[in-house]
Amino acid sequence: MRRIRAAAAGAVTVSLLTAVTACGGGSSTGGGSNDSPKTLTYWASNQGASIEVDKKVLQPELDKFEKQSGIKVKVEVVPWSDLLNRILTATTSGQGPDVLNIGNTWSASLQATGALLPWDASNFAKIGGKDRFVESALGSTGAQGKDPAAVPLYSMAYALYYNKKMFADAGIAKPPATWDELIADGKKLSKGGKWGLGAEGSNPSENIHHTFVFAKQHGADFFTADGKPDFTSDGTVAAVKQYVDLMAKDKIIAPGNAEYAQNQSVSDFAKGKNAMLLWQSASANLKSQGMSDDAYGIAPVPVQSGTPGTGTNVNSMVAGINLAVFKNSHNLDGATKFVKFMTSDAEQKILNTAYSSIPPVKTAQTDATFNTPANAVLKDTLAKSAAALPQVADESQFETTVGTAVKTLFAAAAAGHAVTTESVKAELEKAQQQMPAK
Amino acid sequence: MTTTTAASADSGERAVPKDSPGAARGPRRPGRIRRIALPYLLLLPALILELLVHLVPMVIGIFMSFKELTQFYIRDWGTAPWSGFDNYKVSVDFSAPVGKALLHSFLVTVGFTLLSVGLCWLIGTAAAIYMQDTFRGRGLLRALFLVPYALPVYAAVITWVFMFQHDNGLVNHVLHDQLHLTDKPSFWLIGDNSFYALLTVSVWKGWPFAFLIVMAGLQNIPGELYEAAALDGAGLWQQLRRITLPSLRPVNQVLVLVLFLWTFNDFNTPFVLFGRTAPEAADLISVHIYQASFVTWNFGTGSAMSVLLLLFLLVVTGVYLLLTSRGRKTADV
Amino acid sequence: MSSTAQTAPRASKAPRSPMAPPRSFLWSRRIFLTLLTGFVLVPVYVMVSSSLKPLADVSGKFRWLPSGLTIRPYIDIWSTVPLARYFVNSLIVAGAATVCSVVIAVFAAYAVSRYSFRGKRVFTVTVLSTQMFPGILFLLPLFLLYVNIGNATGIALFGSRGGLILTYLTFSLPFSIWMLIGYFDSVPRDLDEAALVDGCGPLGALLRVVVPAAIPGIVAVAVYAFMTAWGEVLFASVMTNDTTRTLAVGLQGYSTLNNVYWNQIMAASLVVSVPVVAGFLLLQRYLVAGLTAGAVK
Repeated sequence: MRRIRAAAAGAVTVSLLTAVTACGGGSSTGGGSNDSPKTLTYWASNQGASIEVDKKVLQPELDKFEKQSGIKVKVEVVPWSDLLNRILTATTSGQGPDVLNIGNTWSASLQATGALLPWDASNFAKIGGKDRFVESALGSTGAQGKDPAAVPLYSMAYALYYNKKMFADAGIAKPPATWDELIADGKKLSKGGKWGLGAEGSNPSENIHHTFVFAKQHGADFFTADGKPDFTSDGTVAAVKQYVDLMAKDKIIAPGNAEYAQNQSVSDFAKGKNAMLLWQSASANLKSQGMSDDAYGIAPVPVQSGTPGTGTNVNSMVAGINLAVFKNSHNLDGATKFVKFMTSDAEQKILNTAYSSIPPVKTAQTDATFNTPANAVLKDTLAKSAAALPQVADESQFETTVGTAVKTLFAAAAAGHAVTTESVKAELEKAQQQMPAK
Repeated sequence: MTTTTAASADSGERAVPKDSPGAARGPRRPGRIRRIALPYLLLLPALILELLVHLVPMVIGIFMSFKELTQFYIRDWGTAPWSGFDNYKVSVDFSAPVGKALLHSFLVTVGFTLLSVGLCWLIGTAAAIYMQDTFRGRGLLRALFLVPYALPVYAAVITWVFMFQHDNGLVNHVLHDQLHLTDKPSFWLIGDNSFYALLTVSVWKGWPFAFLIVMAGLQNIPGELYEAAALDGAGLWQQLRRITLPSLRPVNQVLVLVLFLWTFNDFNTPFVLFGRTAPEAADLISVHIYQASFVTWNFGTGSAMSVLLLLFLLVVTGVYLLLTSRGRKTADV
Repeated sequence: MSSTAQTAPRASKAPRSPMAPPRSFLWSRRIFLTLLTGFVLVPVYVMVSSSLKPLADVSGKFRWLPSGLTIRPYIDIWSTVPLARYFVNSLIVAGAATVCSVVIAVFAAYAVSRYSFRGKRVFTVTVLSTQMFPGILFLLPLFLLYVNIGNATGIALFGSRGGLILTYLTFSLPFSIWMLIGYFDSVPRDLDEAALVDGCGPLGALLRVVVPAAIPGIVAVAVYAFMTAWGEVLFASVMTNDTTRTLAVGLQGYSTLNNVYWNQIMAASLVVSVPVVAGFLLLQRYLVAGLTAGAVK
């Protein structure tokens, strides 16, 4: 009897050790299969007001898909704070979902890991062809010259949201079209505890989105053509300084915004504490906070001079969410079918309406829902004056290092320290040195 | 996993009665082979679990620190190229930015830990000594003082985040609006003040533990010692210096070490307070390494940094124990 | 038995000095303890009062007194995130981790306390030294290990509550073993010798004599294990999914919303704190007794 116990204990130990040694050789083993054709796991990103809202939006659609295809989709809405970590651990271990949402700026970084199914011509053919998607959205699906790592799902663009009543009270007739006008208007609006503009100073990603556009407007890029980081050119330094100066020198952003990282500036705008907000697809969000659609106007993000367009008149990044398939999926066919379903005209209309985004699918975009004045601005921006963030493997490191540098500069500005060309350059220099050397 | 635990716990548990059916032997008496096996069987579950969750992963971690484990290789990290000591070289090259940042973070952590442990110990000891005598409300006060320690870290720290808010927090309201100590509201969660914010939260959460341990330690000091001292005419201060503090020495030895290790490795507090990128002034090493591995996707360098940290802690602990444990029973380590 | 007898007189022990303390001491004590009470209580007050405030009160300038009391936040917290499910998960995970940790620690501590054997010192030193491992060092390796065990044996460790239970119980194990060794050492050996003479096996002696005598120490260890598991954030954020998420991670759901609902965050924090704090305060008498006889002697 005792021997049996001992043997059992020994067996447990041995099996553990076997598992341990098995681990030493690395984990994931190549491609996927179609072993479990009846189920799919789907990681959705948090697009609506809360995770619960997202589940309510998605579940009826997943039920529809199950009816059509007989495949049951288990959805998990992963909060943004966890999403990238979860994808990384899934990549490392090979244990992940079948289908997942990724921020489109991560496309090239995740593509480099080789964990995502490449969308070559034959895969695209299964979902109706590459031509169905808008060109600018496809520009954010992976490095140039490689098969896209994901398919566009929702598209968004930045716009200038302004409070109509506050503008009228300050005697401002129309929304600013250039930064000089925005600063002048902002100064008129910044008084009595109210401020001209809101910002998310402690949110690295928001900082990147804005400084990227400013850099474009200064004719500069954060990466050279062959993908090397180049953070300290005159153009990029001027770009970062111009953004931070909105708080430091022009004083149209409340210093308190330097510690915002959880969309407090949107709440401030909804409450009338800020007259202007640079945001992507804020409508649903503002509505959920009790601000009615006719209380605010939507205009293109300002440029240095002239009108928005290409080159130095870019006024937004191509924001959006892509849908990717995990290479290790045990239901590759089902996953592709699910991507086809999610990018179908009907689903695109439903989902993009729910999330107040723009469909990246051409045929869905023409629907009347997306022709309201608000959506017209976003659509126009996406079509004419939006540029994709650098599609390089180091993009996510770039977001962290430069985004944090801008956060530090905002903190300095908020504390009343001077923000000079030298101090900006020093911060960017530090950021660049932290990039992986190759 | 539940099956694993159950099975291993089981094997430990059942093995015991089988060992000496009805035998009436003292456990310390030397015996046959099965008697020798008994203590090992009792230790087995603990050993297997420690091996599984701590030691083996640590070995894997050391293994990873010698690999070039960037985003290009994480998917199949068995094939990641060996990089020798490159990850370590990068980490300790203090003239280059990565090493410089690590050194900065290390120094911040050392300063923070020393201050936090010192304050926790001081406040905890003072409170325990003040509350050594009975007085009205002592029980209530003792319960109250333990609340910060009992609160889940997340709940406690998020409350402090709220209090440290620039626009709607209590700290600025009191310091600026009510006491007029500052000419404008300060930032606590970004910039240089973040160090003090972190220290405050850490001390607030940590001192009750020191209080608890010292309070327990005080109860072991025989009352006769004080009576004898009082008869000799020793005042309170002398009693404190001659009896209380020396008697607490062994307690303090362990307490300070435990506080040191917990504070030094603390991840939850800075992470909840500042999020994944901490301000430079409060860039604790645990969050720094987290950022080096998870945010910049370089797990090789992150592992190398962790290994260095571990070596440092091993050395500090070893030296500390050597210096303080003369005359202590070894079994109590 | 013996230790309850030991600790009973301690709890009501005589004042350390027969003389009345001087006035200066009393005053400094009064001032110190008052300040300390303030320091301890302010965050608690903020948590409680803010959880009863309407949203407008927590979004604007801080105010000591609410403009009006509302229990709305306490109703809303259950629908903004699936708090009830997280609560159940945390209870299962922390409860199971505590039970396993205590049982395993009792066996291990008994072995170390009552037997001399080769490798004893190596064992105690190794187990204790795991306390100094930075969690970040073994987060990813542990994750990989769990996945590989899952692949090799079909036991799902990663993403399951089981994996988390396993992880947490080892977090509290070293400190628990160490504390119980001290406690068991303080239980006179004559007691288990007597039990053995009475015909109990070593297990009988442990269960019938040593464990009952060590109840305060065991409760102290259990409280510690439970708290460790209840509040952990890092491993839970990577090792759980939607269905197995615990409170510590789930609570972050309140701040990823478009608005920061501080009143709801405070209400939820309070709700998750009440069980641990209440349990802790109820058992603190044991905790002090356990520490007194075990850890600090």
